[in-house]
Amino acid sequence: MKDRDVRETIALKGTAVSPGIVIGRAHVLHHHEAPIPRRSLDKKNLIAAEIQRFRKALKESEKQLLAIKKKLRDQEGIEPLYIIDVHIMILNDRMLINRTVANIEEGVNAEWALRKTLDKYKEVFSKVDDDYLRERMTDVEYVGQRILRNLVGEQGEAISGAGENVIIVARDLSPADTMQIKVEKILGFATDIGGKTSHTAIVARSYEIPAVVGLQKITSEVRTNDRVIIDGTAGVVIVNPDPEVVRRYEDKMRHYKVMEDDLLQYAGRPAVTADGHRVRIGVNIEFMEEVPSAITHGAEGIGLYRTEFIYINKERLPTEEEHFENYRTIVGARGLKWSTIRTFDLGGDKFISDPKVAKEMNPVMGLRAIRFCLKEVELFKVQLRAILRASALGRVKILFPMISGIEEIREAKRIFYEVKRELQSREVPFDPEIKLGIMVEVPSAVMVADSLAREVDFFSIGTNDLIQYTLAIDRVNERVSYLYEPLHPAVLRLIKRVVDAGHHAGIEVAMCGEMAGEPLYTMVLLGLELDELSMNALVIPRVKKIIQEVNMKECRALLKKVLTMSTAAEIEYFVRSYMVKKFPDAFAEETP
Amino acid sequence: MTVKKTFTIKNELGLHARAAGRLVEVANRYRSVIRLERDGRQADGRSLLDILTLACPRGARVVIRAEGDDAREAVDEMGKLIEERFGEEQDS
Repeated sequence: MKDRDVRETIALKGTAVSPGIVIGRAHVLHHHEAPIPRRSLDKKNLIAAEIQRFRKALKESEKQLLAIKKKLRDQEGIEPLYIIDVHIMILNDRMLINRTVANIEEGVNAEWALRKTLDKYKEVFSKVDDDYLRERMTDVEYVGQRILRNLVGEQGEAISGAGENVIIVARDLSPADTMQIKVEKILGFATDIGGKTSHTAIVARSYEIPAVVGLQKITSEVRTNDRVIIDGTAGVVIVNPDPEVVRRYEDKMRHYKVMEDDLLQYAGRPAVTADGHRVRIGVNIEFMEEVPSAITHGAEGIGLYRTEFIYINKERLPTEEEHFENYRTIVGARGLKWSTIRTFDLGGDKFISDPKVAKEMNPVMGLRAIRFCLKEVELFKVQLRAILRASALGRVKILFPMISGIEEIREAKRIFYEVKRELQSREVPFDPEIKLGIMVEVPSAVMVADSLAREVDFFSIGTNDLIQYTLAIDRVNERVSYLYEPLHPAVLRLIKRVVDAGHHAGIEVAMCGEMAGEPLYTMVLLGLELDELSMNALVIPRVKKIIQEVNMKECRALLKKVLTMSTAAEIEYFVRSYMVKKFPDAFAEETP
Repeated sequence: MTVKKTFTIKNELGLHARAAGRLVEVANRYRSVIRLERDGRQADGRSLLDILTLACPRGARVVIRAEGDDAREAVDEMGKLIEERFGEEQDS
């Protein structure tokens, strides 16, 4: 039986309305719509009384809105949002009242009559070709709900008691809702409906709180206290993220906070050192929605496209077309020179609820990534076909994860060639020169990198896993995570070995782990002669700034010195002091 | 007396809620029956919701039609609001 408390990771996409990234616990606000009874009225005096009842509810509603307005001004000391005035005007709208009264006169109760009027407006507004106006329907709906509540006699607002330091998840938020929350204490907003000019969006932007709206079904997918990540820049919300995803976003958050506008000037310039050595700068992404921000921050290409969310999000396996849709958008993005697409990198347990796919004791070392793909060949082929098709539209590279030895890459290539031949025979266009590469992240692959280099067109060093496999640390385990040291001499030597083997065979070597995006390490990585560094978008300007201000001679000297040291602590201390001295502004009080 | 005059919406946001609301405020001060028309559709000049459903962006041409003894003044005052962009800043 499935454990009910193990909550699945899902990702939802909506409209990014207020930038920034936040991780927190959800507080779901359920707006209970007033139930609408229908009653037929057959007597004249009943109808008159019903109209009176409707007018009374209008008065009551207006009184409440005026009270909210007054409270905002007197207690909060802020000018009430004009939207409350709009709500009062809607409440008193001649046609809204006339139409509802006319409906009552046809012999139905006020609630039903009002609902009919509201639905009529809903229909009219839905046809309007203007986002702003279409969203005003939500205002009409709020006012309608308020009148209905007063008619039905239900008092009190739905959401008082929303806590602090939570992410508010709701169908939508009205001014009356937000005024009952201490907005400045809220971490983020995620709503089912709305757009760039809806109330939630405006409030979130004015308080600089990350928000994504128009997620459609977030209220039904999230429960209060679920862990939620909001990426208000890309318009993505991840519910119940696994620790690895949380870490990635924590890293992004850290860089988001230190991202200053003046750093963006470095974004557009090429990453060339003072003495003319050029490094390619890629970006790591997992949603196509992240591409625009990546380009603004100076990414030249996609160094790592993680495709796992194409699988995780689904009730069933993604089709070739679904894959292709994602790849097409990314490959076709203007301003990006290449897209490195990594094939599936998870264990089967992440998306197949088949009891035969056993829970593994040690999933990072289990049946995952290329191992899983070589076993589930059909699943692998679907993805390869879609990637190949996308290669007809722009420069694509394929990256196989977790290769530990020659047999695996040969088998992966064999399947790849099979797919290629199949597409050829069907005359489906693709790039015949498409480059194949492997993630170098298993220590055994490092040791045989010279042989592997003869099998592929490029290497990409995945430092996250390489470090954890090399130092035998589970990064998620807090009791040993202190041992996770990117500057461990063993790690540096392994990286050097990979670069040397690659260059000896005439292939390029990239790095796409988090280490590549740590500005503190940039000079060391330049010294290691990596050809490409791929990182999260937000950190690119900082890394580019460093690259532009150093020369290779000093980077090589720094590396040489570092390689003589025998402990991680010694190296860390030395590199940090060196960087702080050289870039006092960039590394003032930060700890990586 | 019936007065009818055509205006072009000039403010950035078009006839959005606040702007439409100001038209309604003005219309409420006159005795005349006031209607707004755009592309053959009509709206009651005293109904915010009706005006919104006309969905007038910047550049839209709107006819204001008033019937009554103070029709001219009503059309003039409403027209002035439109011409003056409802007091919105040019680039807001």
